[in-house]
Amino acid sequence: MRGGWLKIYALAYLVFLYAPIALLPVFAFNDGTIIAFPLRGFTFQWFAELGRIEALHGAVLNSLMIAVTTAILATVLGICAARSAARYDYPGKRGVMGFIMLPLVLPEIIVAVSLLVVLLQLGLSLGAWTVILGHVLICTPFSIAILNSAFQNLDRSLEEAAVDLGETPWSTFRLITLPLVMPGIISSLLISFTISLDEFIIAFFLTGTEPTLPVYLWGQLRFPQQIPVVMALGTILVALSIILLTTAEYFRRRGVARAGGKDTGGFL
Amino acid sequence: MTKPIIQLQDVQKYFGDYHALRGINAEIDEGEFFSLLGPSGCGKTTLLRVIAGFEDVSTGRVLIDGKPMEGVAPNRRPTNMVFQSYAIFPHLSVARNVGFGLRRAGLTKDELGRRVGEALEMVGLSGYGARAAHALSGGQRQRVALARALILKPKVLLLDEPLSALDKKLREQMQVELIKLQRQVGITFILVTHDQEEALVMSDRIAVMFDGQIAQMDDPEVLYRRPKTRRVADFIGVMNFLPAEVLFEAGEKIEIEIAGLGRAEISSDQAPRGGGDGATSVGFRPETLTILYDGQQATDREARAKVEEVVYYGDMTYYDVRLEGTDKTVRLSMRNVFGREVLPIGAEARIAWSPGALVLFR
Repeated sequence: MRGGWLKIYALAYLVFLYAPIALLPVFAFNDGTIIAFPLRGFTFQWFAELGRIEALHGAVLNSLMIAVTTAILATVLGICAARSAARYDYPGKRGVMGFIMLPLVLPEIIVAVSLLVVLLQLGLSLGAWTVILGHVLICTPFSIAILNSAFQNLDRSLEEAAVDLGETPWSTFRLITLPLVMPGIISSLLISFTISLDEFIIAFFLTGTEPTLPVYLWGQLRFPQQIPVVMALGTILVALSIILLTTAEYFRRRGVARAGGKDTGGFL
Repeated sequence: MTKPIIQLQDVQKYFGDYHALRGINAEIDEGEFFSLLGPSGCGKTTLLRVIAGFEDVSTGRVLIDGKPMEGVAPNRRPTNMVFQSYAIFPHLSVARNVGFGLRRAGLTKDELGRRVGEALEMVGLSGYGARAAHALSGGQRQRVALARALILKPKVLLLDEPLSALDKKLREQMQVELIKLQRQVGITFILVTHDQEEALVMSDRIAVMFDGQIAQMDDPEVLYRRPKTRRVADFIGVMNFLPAEVLFEAGEKIEIEIAGLGRAEISSDQAPRGGGDGATSVGFRPETLTILYDGQQATDREARAKVEEVVYYGDMTYYDVRLEGTDKTVRLSMRNVFGREVLPIGAEARIAWSPGALVLFR
């Protein structure tokens, strides 16, 4: 009977994880403003309404811009840090790496408040760039964690062989290192993008007059008649995330197969 | 007329406090197949990497083709390397791997294709150009690595334990192929290996290294027959050691007393200088002892012994025999001849030996 209980536990766990998300599309297509059963009818009304809210469009564009910039910056910093961690030894390396990784476990509210205090004390005005700053801070550790394994798994003699065959250190990095860690770079870009896109606390504290999407959504929850619209938006975001991650995983697996490595990582 | 292609002058290398190379002096000739042989941690790979330019020397000089290599990066040295892991670029095809070094040569596409084809043919991989590098077997990777390094026509090819990842049969086959290839291209090969048999089979000359120093540098036969120290003797092949005492020396002659074998006269060139650890002993190879069957007479000296262990190899049999009246056991090897019995454990045997085959260590 032990196996039976484990099955029930596993099922309950999955229901708890995914039922709320499954409810999103259910109510997004429901013809009624109250989020409750029984369902009233099928409608595209809420999706149509998404197209008419100008403030929402601004928030989406703002969020996309911030997420893309954050993903690129965090990944570039991650490449530098992971590369140095994998190849070089310097005094205090462990300490330095530890402090870089710390935001991974630091409460975001602490990061947000202290950044806000520092920025205001310096007399700087808040805006998209301050949100990017905060997001790069929390995304870089994720990027490093992903890229570390990519760089550690890279056989050092591959780079030495390229230099031995006449390439400079820079062209070796471009021709050998970069293509071989590319799956890691794509993973890092996607993870950073996703984290930045749905990050709320830092964005809430550091955003200027232009809110990001999560901050805008939080604002909308005060108006009950807007909730079905939020559900519709959530449905689109979930669908997008699934498509995005599936595509990333497809490219990652193809990369692994082409490089002849063993498939040991990945998210799906 | 040969000239040195590589000159190593008092090369010292420190990694932090660790003294990896302790004064290496050597000259390697043009067209030579040269091996660096030693146990792991002896500095042989470090020395190879110093020649390739992946490690700087701490003090001393490396000259390649007469030019000092100080501050010359690996990509500017006339050397190419075959790595232990082969370092085949997994994301490139076989042809692009082999042609990698010619990227900067400014060749036309046809010319590049021709050169790559030639290089692949040389290592017996014609028609493999379009294959994905990760789809190759170990032996094929080895060949791609060779073709990739040789396509640049280096003055010196450096090989870092290139055969250690292959199984025994393939390794022996590749040994012969490497020798043939080296004769064909006429380039100096420097091989790093911990396998003494491999070094003996392949090299024109071998440098045996211990603890960051060259213990002996000679051709394989001299190294095998006249090791300079007991440690070298022990590392190359099998060597029996018996305690000995020098009775007197007169000119070219040395009179010694060997435990279990008695008195013998040897010549002074059987007593190499230097490297002694205090204790005096004689060494001799298993094949310099012969079991005498009925009716056979020793051409030189004879001893009596009892067989304690028999190790049968098919073509050869190794016997561990205890010399009569002593507790000393020595190993001897006999080629198996059709119709002659292999002696059983416990058999009494007469052993033929020769003072001329001894080496005195002191």
